[in-house]
Amino acid sequence: MHVERTSTLEVRTSEDVVRVRQEVRNRSAAVGFSLVDQTKFVTAASEIARNTIDHGGGGSARIETITIPGKRGLRLVFEDQGPGIADIELAMQDGYSTAGGLGMGMPGSKRLSNEFYVESAPGKGTKITLVRWKSV
Amino acid sequence: MEQIPILKVGRCLLVSIQIDMHDKLAMALQDDLTQKLVETRARGVLIDISALDLVDSFIGRMLSNIAAMARVLDAQTVVVGMRPQVAITLVELGLTLPGIQTALDVDRGLALISKLMDEPEGDRGARGAH
Repeated sequence: MHVERTSTLEVRTSEDVVRVRQEVRNRSAAVGFSLVDQTKFVTAASEIARNTIDHGGGGSARIETITIPGKRGLRLVFEDQGPGIADIELAMQDGYSTAGGLGMGMPGSKRLSNEFYVESAPGKGTKITLVRWKSV
Repeated sequence: MEQIPILKVGRCLLVSIQIDMHDKLAMALQDDLTQKLVETRARGVLIDISALDLVDSFIGRMLSNIAAMARVLDAQTVVVGMRPQVAITLVELGLTLPGIQTALDVDRGLALISKLMDEPEGDRGARGAH
């Protein structure tokens, strides 16, 4: 896999979430995603960026334009040093929330991405990776 | 300080969201609308989201909260102008916007609000909140 372009944004305030959305929107358009695919991926990014603040106490978002032979896509890596996720399987269930939300963020974002990875352990922070490929 | 304007037109409050709202601004709108409903005794709230290129779970929850609070204050809420790509994404995200009535554009939204305002309470309940 080749990384064509990388940018990293801080994710600490609700204004930062808007900046992440805008950057993902621009980069999705640059990769050539359809309007529907752009909207899906920006929405997924918005959910996970908010989780980074609400659950992780803030962190960062890395936005990478990636290529593999025959495919181009966008990879988003959200990292925080927060308390981590005790039960990842439970966190991926629709309607499960520890922060008083709707519990749609994690499972919904997974549905809106082509690939979705969670790395987390109690006390070790959380790293969430989302990938969406341009459909060919 | 940023603020989303709320206009009173007849018996209705009109809000058109024209910017990418951060969460605090969405919360402020929810509070402002509730305040305005009480002050003006409006019977309807029309929210135009035709300029929004995204509705995530937070904005979805704000819209549902507004509809719920308006109902408690004897007002009907109609959301109009959702873009097709936003609708597709909402469904895949898993949001159903409980309690929200929708219409395709402002004209149909206003017509729906008038109809809802004129319906007796009993009929409203019978037709269900969804």
